[in-house]
Amino acid sequence: MKIFGVKIPMMYSLLIWVVLWEIVGQMEMFLVIPPFSGIVVAIIEMAQAENFHDAASLSLYSFAMGMLISIIVGIPLGLVMGKIPAADRLLGMWVNVFLSAPLSSLVPIIMILFGFGQTTIIVTVFMFAVWIITLDTCAGVKHINPSLLEMGESFGASSWQMYSKILIWAVLPEILAGLRLGLIRGVKGVIIGQLLVALIGMGELLTVYSRGFHMEEFWALILFLFAFALGTSWLISLLERRIEYYAGSRG
Amino acid sequence: MAAETSDTSAKAESIVEVRHLSKTYDGRVRALEDINLSFPKGQLTTLLGPSGCGKTTMLKIIAGLLEPSSGEVFVNGKKITGPGPERAFVFQDFALMPWATVLRNAAFGLELRGMAKNERNEIARKYIAEVGLTGFENSYPRELSGGMRQRVGLARALAVNADVLLMDEPFSAVDEQTRRKFQEDMLALMEIEKKTFIFVTHSIEEAVYLSDQVVLLSRLPGKVSEIIKAPKAAGSPDEIRRDKVYLDTVEHIWQTLRKYLEE
Ligand SMILES: Nc1ncnc2c1ncn2[C@@H]1O[C@H](COP(=O)(O)OP(=O)(O)O)[C@@H](O)[C@H]1O
Ligand SMILES: [Mg+2]
Repeated sequence: MKIFGVKIPMMYSLLIWVVLWEIVGQMEMFLVIPPFSGIVVAIIEMAQAENFHDAASLSLYSFAMGMLISIIVGIPLGLVMGKIPAADRLLGMWVNVFLSAPLSSLVPIIMILFGFGQTTIIVTVFMFAVWIITLDTCAGVKHINPSLLEMGESFGASSWQMYSKILIWAVLPEILAGLRLGLIRGVKGVIIGQLLVALIGMGELLTVYSRGFHMEEFWALILFLFAFALGTSWLISLLERRIEYYAGSRG
Repeated sequence: MAAETSDTSAKAESIVEVRHLSKTYDGRVRALEDINLSFPKGQLTTLLGPSGCGKTTMLKIIAGLLEPSSGEVFVNGKKITGPGPERAFVFQDFALMPWATVLRNAAFGLELRGMAKNERNEIARKYIAEVGLTGFENSYPRELSGGMRQRVGLARALAVNADVLLMDEPFSAVDEQTRRKFQEDMLALMEIEKKTFIFVTHSIEEAVYLSDQVVLLSRLPGKVSEIIKAPKAAGSPDEIRRDKVYLDTVEHIWQTLRKYLEE
């Protein structure tokens, strides 16, 4: 970032926004924008509060379960769709529909089907995260070096060996890219699901804070969620960088 | 023509037989038309011809990776229906797994057959040494030069102990000096391994230098235009490259191919 021709490092530009926020907050211009220092205090208090711990662990559990199911379903589905054109024609349409549909509008239906509890949240996370994982995996399989597949075939690989020893490894870069995007969508899924159900976890806290105009606590929670989403996707990108070398050696 | 001297090796029993082979892609591109060929056991036969004349197509059909439109291929007297353990393929672009070490790549054919790890690694090590890559067992393909990568591809094909090695322009992605060294090593290796090689190239010198028999293919649709016996001269690589018979054969093939270019 550059201001008046002077290069400003990332951390400083963040600092500028924080200062700006603090000034606007101190001026009490908007009800929904408390001073940033207040939010920091709220974050510190929140980190010690029991209701936050309960909400966080509940949300984390739903998130982890939803992501796990997304991975278990999404990757094999993507591999099969990439390898078998008939499967792609049959399922590709649905994957694309779910990928671009406003999934939030489906949450009420999920609620009817799965009740007002954890299961609904897990299913919501799954619906948010799985399709991008499937799509990226599928795209990866379609761009795989064909002679790698011919190599497996010529040395007599069974179809299970083809998937487990060649395909999945060749597609790992795309799988991880899909996973990173899936994680971010999954975080959205937890929050939107919990907000709409409004009775559990982070969603409950957010509802309570915003209804009661506890803006410091509300923003503290939002910032925490941002940090969580960015943090997990950053971890995946570290993993991606480690395997980047083989992106370069693909035909 | 001196190149066409008939010798006893011409009577060697054939291991691969191609009968009335034709291949048409998408009902339009006639890549091969009525090919009849015998590949003598223990010899190196080169398929030589202009680019796009169907060399790769023929090699992949013999490998069982492609279905012919008509005709058949026999290996050891049996009609083939797909890939088999008596044939191994060496790929033009190496087809190494970038996530696996040299050792695992070289042992991969055996791994697919379910051979125990110790056993297959021991065999792979032997062939890694034979192609001159000792010390690189734990390297990854990206750490090797093109020539070294193709040596890994060769070791992988040798390790499965197939009777027939199918090589599709194995040296085309390798620079010129490495290529020469590789060709010389190939000749030495053929002495040890006593396998049948079917070799695709578009380099006349390479074909004559390595082959017992050169099959000239014509422009699309690919047909056999001539089969040239090219008995290998004795002596050092440099002596071979100055040998009269070698030079005459190269010249003869060049004249034949030139006709296609002028057509
Ligand atoms: N999968 C394919 N579909 C359609 N045409 C193909 C396909 N593969 C090869 N061909 C065509 O068949 C002809 C022979 O190709 P190929 O066997 O690769 O030639 P070579 O290896 O001698 O260069 C070429 O004209 C090529 O365009
Ligand atoms: Mg070719």
